[in-house]
Amino acid sequence: MNSPLEATVLLHLGPVPITQAIVTTWAIMIVLVLGAVALTRRLGDIPSRRQAALELMVAALDTQIVETTEADPAPYRGFVGTLFLFILVANWSSLIPGIEPPTARLETDAALAALVFASVIWFGVRGNGVGGYLKSFAAPNPVMIPLNILQSLTRVFSMFVRLFGNVMSGVFVVGIVASLAGLLIPIPLMALDLLTGLVQAYIFAVLAMVFITSTVADGKRAKPAADPSPVSTKKGP
Amino acid sequence: MDYAPIASIICAAFAVSFGAIGPALAEGRAVAAAMEAIARQPEAANTISRTLFVGLAMIETTAIYCLVIALLLLFANPMLA
Repeated sequence: MNSPLEATVLLHLGPVPITQAIVTTWAIMIVLVLGAVALTRRLGDIPSRRQAALELMVAALDTQIVETTEADPAPYRGFVGTLFLFILVANWSSLIPGIEPPTARLETDAALAALVFASVIWFGVRGNGVGGYLKSFAAPNPVMIPLNILQSLTRVFSMFVRLFGNVMSGVFVVGIVASLAGLLIPIPLMALDLLTGLVQAYIFAVLAMVFITSTVADGKRAKPAADPSPVSTKKGP
Repeated sequence: MDYAPIASIICAAFAVSFGAIGPALAEGRAVAAAMEAIARQPEAANTISRTLFVGLAMIETTAIYCLVIALLLLFANPMLA
């Protein structure tokens, strides 16, 4: 049985090995980008049927962002929505025979988690400036600084191990059952994989959203404490 | 006789089996609490089930860690190389 921790190299482009996961990832990216371009062409004030369906999806995404974090969804919609859609399509790509989902490989999940780590810094700095972002590490009080730094790394690590473990174990179990029992036996397990894939994509997106907004909120809370003068001037007669 | 492969296979099985006990009990308690909360407040079922799913994924991570350790023992064991 193939190790789930090693990648199958299909070909070499110069010194760069091209694995199966990379090919699948690029195929998914092409499908998503072309689909997005095709769906958003000719948007009008009076929505066509296609545009209404699209707006329904975006509105559902916005509702989820608002309900989980109570933040304005506009700055986060693109990143979190793309994250969710990509992971969902990647998880469900195992339905096509012969294709292994790229999220069942460590490197894809590590890349996604690194994206989340970078976006936490990006949104934190954009929301509160560099100083505000750094102050978010001292969120409840400065004693927590080492723990907060450790947490910002471990939560991203646990995110990618969670996604990898769930998707990979699904693929692995289907492979084992198919090799032991026969061709059509693992179909119920594959149906369960569909549910797992959806839930994991949702959880990855929600956790990314929660990490980003909690960093932004911590930085905002740290700001008035550091600079109390504008508050005191407002209290005048 | 080389005992390293035998030991790592047994340890991988132990890691998965014992690592599944804790999350199983914890997930059972979480689902039971959520069911009770939904029974008391059916109108909050949406929020509760969403929080439940996220919480279950968090709990499940401990079992996933054990699975990853078992896979490391089986497929990426430095002792067996």
